[in-house]
Amino acid sequence: MIEVRNLHKAFGPVKAVDGVSFVARDGEITGLLGPNGAGKTTTLRMLYTLMTPDSGQVLVDGIDAATNPLAVRRELGVLPDARGLYKRLTARENIEYFGRLHGLPEDLLASRRDALIKALEMDDIAERRTEGFSQGQRVKTAIARALVHDPRNVILDEPTNGLDVMATRALRQFMAKLKAEGRCVLFSSHIMQEVAALCDRIVVIAHGRVVADESPDALRAQTGESNLEDAFVKIIGSDEGLAA
Amino acid sequence: MNTVPTKLPRSRAFMTVFLKEVKENLRDRRTLISAFLTGPLLGPLIFVMLLNVTLNRELDKAEKPLPVPVIGAEYAPNLLDALKVGGVVPGAPVADPAQAVRKQDADVVLRIAPDYGKAWRKGEPVQVELFYDSSQREANTSVERVSKLVESYGRQQGALRLVARGMSPSTAWPLQVARRDQATPQSRAVLMFAMLPYFFVITVFMGGMYLAIDLTAGERERQSLEPLFANPVARWKILCGKLAAICAFSSASLLITLLAFAVVGQFIPAEKIGMELDLGVHFAANVLLLMLPLVLLLSALQSMVAAFAKSYREAQTYISLLMLVPLIPSALLSFMPIKAQAWMYAIPLLGQNLGIMQLLRGDGVSAEQIGLCLAGSLAAALIALLATVQLYRSERLAISA
Repeated sequence: MIEVRNLHKAFGPVKAVDGVSFVARDGEITGLLGPNGAGKTTTLRMLYTLMTPDSGQVLVDGIDAATNPLAVRRELGVLPDARGLYKRLTARENIEYFGRLHGLPEDLLASRRDALIKALEMDDIAERRTEGFSQGQRVKTAIARALVHDPRNVILDEPTNGLDVMATRALRQFMAKLKAEGRCVLFSSHIMQEVAALCDRIVVIAHGRVVADESPDALRAQTGESNLEDAFVKIIGSDEGLAA
Repeated sequence: MNTVPTKLPRSRAFMTVFLKEVKENLRDRRTLISAFLTGPLLGPLIFVMLLNVTLNRELDKAEKPLPVPVIGAEYAPNLLDALKVGGVVPGAPVADPAQAVRKQDADVVLRIAPDYGKAWRKGEPVQVELFYDSSQREANTSVERVSKLVESYGRQQGALRLVARGMSPSTAWPLQVARRDQATPQSRAVLMFAMLPYFFVITVFMGGMYLAIDLTAGERERQSLEPLFANPVARWKILCGKLAAICAFSSASLLITLLAFAVVGQFIPAEKIGMELDLGVHFAANVLLLMLPLVLLLSALQSMVAAFAKSYREAQTYISLLMLVPLIPSALLSFMPIKAQAWMYAIPLLGQNLGIMQLLRGDGVSAEQIGLCLAGSLAAALIALLATVQLYRSERLAISA
């Protein structure tokens, strides 16, 4: 479970995150939806302790990120906005590197690695160096790398960015599988249909603030719009930067 | 999913990063060539080639018959005989001696005036002219040889005249200079090898350079630093693993270059010009010891500079500027004769420079000097390391543009 309480983060005069609070529960998929530049990535970066909030609190499974960042990172599987694979290593070696950094014993590492390679259907690319991978192959490798230590909480920053229809479908199925396994899945997106199709809960962020935190149905009811797209436009107050 | 990873032992995170960086960079051809081929081997190769060319030319000129165009040879047959004994081969006269020298048709041209014979018989001073161009450095040995031969012929004839007049030749030379050169064969070599320490420093520098760029600026540019820092490992441990990988590569470079110098040292004909050069095991071991703290210092400095850069290219620019820094003590020492004080050994780079020069002179380095050198450089390395660790803590480091 991930709890975010009143997070603030400013870069100079720009208030990137200005009082964000929400809860992402286990066994649910929580979507962080907002236009480009709304503060989604900055919020997520504070969750996985890459950035320190100016004020506010992050709790992951009850552990405070400010006091014990290493323990928090151990509980998280993170697919950052920057996928950044090591191109001179094979996909398998990329996964193993992160597994060892997590301190997994070699036998456990091998079984986790093989299970992920199978689940993400990447047998054909596992032994290839990642240089020249397609966007879909890169995301698969990065996800396998992020989940190798079997984390209870999974954070995915714009996971479907740049993927084609088939790859997006496969990724959605994989996320549903993570949810079925009882994990807490938190992902960000600026694509509304995706959030609507997947999420149990939608947190809408605009201009660094949470403007809605509901289930898709409640969202529709709240705005009085039967169409989610219209609901979003109404909530955000403009259709700026919201890709359909 | 219920396996809670146990607390990560320190050595394992360090080793994991170290091994991964080594493996990854062993797969990069440019890094390999720079660290194990061009970096460590180019220095010794250039060095030996230059040295051999210089030495052989000096030796050739000192022993070989020296062709000299002579104008008016018929007026001074005795002088010419004396020159011939000294190895000079008188050649056909040239029309314009000044032109011939300037165009490098001849190193030196000798001109004897037509009234040479008449003046000589009268016992009056006579003049012979030597045409040469002192800006043509390679001609200097020839000029020196001819001029010495002419002068000693003159002195010899002067002495004979004095004897013929019943006087001792020493009356004309009340003062005699006796030269006592204290240079040992080894110290004579030092002049030529003043730039040798710089070769070693540059090798260490080149060996780690591409790694340092790749492991910080490169990783940032490829956006892999952010996922890396999402792992439950303290950043300073990651940095230490990376530094260890840089040190491993630069140490390997240094070893290769020392080995290469030991091998090529055999082919330098140093003893022919009265020099002695020991680049063997003893020398290599001492250099290695002196350079070890420098390996750490340079790797930390390179990482620090690379961490400031936003991209691979930018880091490359900064680091090539940094490469000029080690040149300072080498240049200083080769242009300005500084008497080494004890404290100088404690200054990184300068200390190594002095120590290596002393090894080359055959004087050896004392334990005190080695201690000062190691302590000074190690202290500097630690400061650089702490500064880099501090830099690695910055929030901005991980975030790619």
